[in-house]
Amino acid sequence: MSITIPILILAIPLFMFIFLGLCGKKMSHLLAGTLGTLGMGTVLVLAYSTAFNYFFSGDPLFINEAGERLQYIVFNQTWLQFTENLTISLGFFLDPISAMMLVVITTISFMVHLYSLGYMRDHHGVFEKGFQRFYAFLSLFSFSMLGLVVATNIFQMYIFWELVGASSYLLIGFYYTKPSAVSASKKAFIVTRFADLGFLIGILVLSYYTGTFNFTDLTSAPVAGLENVYQVSLSTPESVLSIFQGSAAPMFMGASVLTWALVLIFMGGMGKSAMMPLHIWLPDAMEGPTPVSALIHAATMVVAGVYLVARLFPLYLMENSALVIITVVGALTAFYAAMVACAQIDIKRVLAFSTISQIAFMMVSLGVARPEYHEGLGYMASMFHLFTHAMFKALLFLGAGALIHAIGSNDYTAMHGLRKYMPITHWTFLIGCLAIAGIIPFSGFFSKDEILSACGNYSTLVYIWMSLVAFLTAFYMFRLYYLIFWWKEHKVHEGHHAPHDQPWTMSLPLIILAAVSVVAGFIPFGKLVSWNGEPYDFMAHFDWGVASISLILAVVAIALATVMYRKENPLPDKMQAALPALWKWCHHRFYWDELYMFITHKIIFNCICRPLAWFDRHIIDGTMDSFAILTNKASEAIRPLQSGQVQMYVWIYAIGAILLGGITILCLI
Amino acid sequence: MESVGSFILYVIVSLAIIVFSVMAVTSRKILRAATYLLFTLFAAAVVYFMLDYQFLGAVQIAVYAGGILVLFVFAILLTSHPGNNSAVLGSKRRILGLIASLAMLFVSAAALLARASLFAAKPQMEEVNMQKIGEAMMGTGANQYLLPFEAVSILLLACIIGGIVVARKR
Amino acid sequence: MEISAIYFLVPSLIMFCCGLYGFITRRNMIAMLISLELMLNSVDMNFVIFNRFLFPGQMEGMMFTLFAIAIAAAETALAIAIIINVFRSVNHVDVRELNEMKF
Repeated sequence: MSITIPILILAIPLFMFIFLGLCGKKMSHLLAGTLGTLGMGTVLVLAYSTAFNYFFSGDPLFINEAGERLQYIVFNQTWLQFTENLTISLGFFLDPISAMMLVVITTISFMVHLYSLGYMRDHHGVFEKGFQRFYAFLSLFSFSMLGLVVATNIFQMYIFWELVGASSYLLIGFYYTKPSAVSASKKAFIVTRFADLGFLIGILVLSYYTGTFNFTDLTSAPVAGLENVYQVSLSTPESVLSIFQGSAAPMFMGASVLTWALVLIFMGGMGKSAMMPLHIWLPDAMEGPTPVSALIHAATMVVAGVYLVARLFPLYLMENSALVIITVVGALTAFYAAMVACAQIDIKRVLAFSTISQIAFMMVSLGVARPEYHEGLGYMASMFHLFTHAMFKALLFLGAGALIHAIGSNDYTAMHGLRKYMPITHWTFLIGCLAIAGIIPFSGFFSKDEILSACGNYSTLVYIWMSLVAFLTAFYMFRLYYLIFWWKEHKVHEGHHAPHDQPWTMSLPLIILAAVSVVAGFIPFGKLVSWNGEPYDFMAHFDWGVASISLILAVVAIALATVMYRKENPLPDKMQAALPALWKWCHHRFYWDELYMFITHKIIFNCICRPLAWFDRHIIDGTMDSFAILTNKASEAIRPLQSGQVQMYVWIYAIGAILLGGITILCLI
Repeated sequence: MESVGSFILYVIVSLAIIVFSVMAVTSRKILRAATYLLFTLFAAAVVYFMLDYQFLGAVQIAVYAGGILVLFVFAILLTSHPGNNSAVLGSKRRILGLIASLAMLFVSAAALLARASLFAAKPQMEEVNMQKIGEAMMGTGANQYLLPFEAVSILLLACIIGGIVVARKR
Repeated sequence: MEISAIYFLVPSLIMFCCGLYGFITRRNMIAMLISLELMLNSVDMNFVIFNRFLFPGQMEGMMFTLFAIAIAAAETALAIAIIINVFRSVNHVDVRELNEMKF
């Protein structure tokens, strides 16, 4: 396989970023946007061809005789050499999940590029300020995300991980004149950076003990006779990690170092994927432009954590406790986010919490995946859900963007009854809602049921818990849907235009994504992606019992939402009055932000920062200040010598000369 | 053995040098200070004559007394307000000046008096006539000074231009 | 009575010390220049005296004095130009007030 296409996949977005960033101001808005979109379109084609090649060409590099998919390193360039063995490389890694991620990222990114051509201008067609900058940042983000998923080693992943964080920061703070956007971008950056600290420590611990950064050295065995081709094999992590086991295993605070490393790496994933308690940045990140929310905070960046765990999954399999932690964190987050999503007013916030909840689904699915349960069904289900969720969540976000663009507010109380005005948005949004609720035959149904049956295999408690979350998901999505499109007739204020559907650049991505959301469930995903590359018969493991129960739950939830929100009625208020505490807690997101504010402002600031600041100001600065004062005093003291009085200079010179002359005479006589 | 006449002349000249120098630097009227300087310069010219350097004495009178002093007088008249004496010196400054000059005096006098050769009689010397001076100044050989002569001429030219540029009205 | 070199050197030295004293104490820049001329003249005299008494066959000292007189003339002219310029801008020539350019 030639390395041209992989290099181009990474190089084109990077080039577009540099080009648009440097020359964007010189060209017209439309040209910059079109160039960015065309660049992304090229990457889309290349990524599709790469993925198609990988999955369907039957090349022995990609699939062996037994039909098992292999991992192939297209190229791997040493970038930093620490020791003989420990090097950081930059490369391009092709395996089922990276190929799938290439498709997801380029699809969503291209849709968002196209959509932004229409979204990033006002009703008169005037482009927003910084339009070119926006496209430059989008290209940077796409580059970083693509680099992340094709990383050949964990350090390359970390580098691009940070780049993703930085470009996310830039995009959230795109409206940098808005204080809330600036603080949201800072919050997102700081919280994810904090999580990445754990990630970095985890990487260092892991590589310290194993002596390698490479994924292939950690999880797979080389395939005989073929260069750069590997196959996932559990014996590799066993032998690599044998140092962690046995009586001489390095321990730290009562747990093995391996557990620590894996949990710390998962902490990085928690930050990026907005798992509790590091989720607080994601709802605020909705301050960014809506296409950004669709691209970063729904479909691509937030699944990086899931992708990370999936990438290191054979390692996690070695350590049951880490998987249990992932399951517990995921389950709690899923339920929490679903509860909160029921009580939000801002439609983007609802979608944000729904995203948190759905990503937690994927995490749980990874956490409950074991080879012994249907050959790692959970892993496949997680990846499948990642794929379908990316599509329908991007659809929902872009739909929400269309609504916000039309109405000019994030608040659904300003919307209501829009179905007649914006039919395309209405139908595509409905498809998105049906998909996320898990109604057959929309894509969410299949992936969610895989997850639920994986949970059922693992433990009944998890299964019931996640089913409840699925129920809540259907409920709050349809609550949102009805409140936007039904509830009561839309009032068109005088002097305002009636809201209407968007230009084709915005409609087309909606329609494409809606179509994908409808049919994606029928992709034989198990044949393409599984934890060890073995093809996996999807339908053979399909549990119709689980499926029908979840379907019934979803229908009941939708029915409930229909009763409560289809027409204007007092039921929601009554329910709110009946459960005031619950509503209040959900509405305020269980006071997580306040808790963080309390911890940071009251405890950390007062107990740690104040003394440190005092120390800094009085001891460190004081030392430096006293040096300065000393110097100042000294120069004040000797300043009179430089009086500017030329006669004094002459006097001093004369005295000096006389002294020298006197000494000379004394010596000579 | 010198003649009594030349010794009397020596006494007069050295007294003139000492007295007029002191008065030149202590007089509170600046124009008078310039005049005392003129007398000192004349006395110095007389010293040159006594030492058989007639040409040098003539130059001293012509350039210093005729040229430089006139410049001084012009500058003084241009810059000082009439009837304006310089202020009485503060004692501190006077003490500083006295310290420096007296120290210089003692150190140099000690150095001079320690040299026996300075007490030798005036040796005989053939007269330095104008022809010798002219040859020395216009020649390029050993002990001849064409190059410094030309350098000084350039210096004077530069000085003329510089004087115009600096003092011109803007 | 033999008039030796020291007889001429001592008045010259006193002249030099007077010049030094004047240069340190006088406030008027022209008076300082006068003091400077005194010192210069005393040095010229020394050249001539040493030439005459110690190296009677040569004339380096005399030539040096000749050039020194020429340079003194140039220097005085330039210094006076500067002084007049200063006077024009600050209306006095008091050297102790002229320290504004020191920092």
